[in-house]
Amino acid sequence: MSQSAGLYLVDEIMLVAIDEDINDSDIVDLQDRLAQRVHDTGARGIVIDVSALEIVDTFVGRIIAQLAGIGTLLDSPTYLVGMRPAVAMTLVELGMTLPTVRTARNLQHALERLRATQ
Amino acid sequence: MKTLSPPPGKPFDRLVIAVEADVFRSRQAVGRAMDRLGARVIRRTRLVTAVSEIFRNGLVYGGGAEVVITLDEADRMVWVDCTDQGPGIADLELAMKDGYTTGKGLGRGLGGAKRLVEHFEIHSVLGEGTQVRLAGRA
Ligand SMILES: Nc1ncnc2c1ncn2[C@@H]1O[C@H](COP(=O)(O)OP(=O)(O)O)[C@@H](O)[C@H]1O
Ligand SMILES: [Mg+2]
Repeated sequence: MSQSAGLYLVDEIMLVAIDEDINDSDIVDLQDRLAQRVHDTGARGIVIDVSALEIVDTFVGRIIAQLAGIGTLLDSPTYLVGMRPAVAMTLVELGMTLPTVRTARNLQHALERLRATQ
Repeated sequence: MKTLSPPPGKPFDRLVIAVEADVFRSRQAVGRAMDRLGARVIRRTRLVTAVSEIFRNGLVYGGGAEVVITLDEADRMVWVDCTDQGPGIADLELAMKDGYTTGKGLGRGLGGAKRLVEHFEIHSVLGEGTQVRLAGRA
């Protein structure tokens, strides 16, 4: 079982909190659990919280993009929240712009926008 | 493979990367070195991100790596050497290109790491291994 990310249903939204030490062996399991739980709960959207991350390298960037891809496949609007400013600036220099991921300033904003899309 | 001359400064830490958790552990050590110099968050983030790319390459492609961290307090620099005894890189210029990968990555690690640091050098000998030296200013 993955220890490197938590899945929580908050207000009919599936919240994915990614931990700093997420690793390769956790990813497939996390994708499976996310898809299954979004399907089972009929969640209205997905919010990926990266506020615990001191850095986002291309490895974690790829994970974020993949999780957002699951949201798209399941027709579940997906937001990214909690990215630290230094992390965002560094990602640009890595050349990772995450074009498919919508971002919101914080969890509250993401929830408001997801409510507005209903 | 030739041994690089030691970077300026004094030894800070030495780590072995053999499993995935070591990548995390080792980049945290680099973060501590930057903290020791009172680095600003953005500078710390840049170096720690760059070494994370290099450490993961050392594990995934090099089959494991050795990391040496050196602290140059006079120049406010953290030097990181990452050495592996893997297959080496046939075409360094190609490997440095954004988007080039022989694995399942994004192929942006080497090019990205180079853009994020003050000093970047890479040496590789086929059949012997790969050595990357990076440095960031605090
Ligand atoms: N330490 C290494 N030993 C052998 N090959 C390496 C090493 N580091 C990088 N490479 C080669 O360079 C390519 C590009 O690396 P990188 O830019 O980090 O992208 P990625 O890790 O996503 O493939 C890798 O796919 C691999 O072929
Ligand atoms: Mg890489």
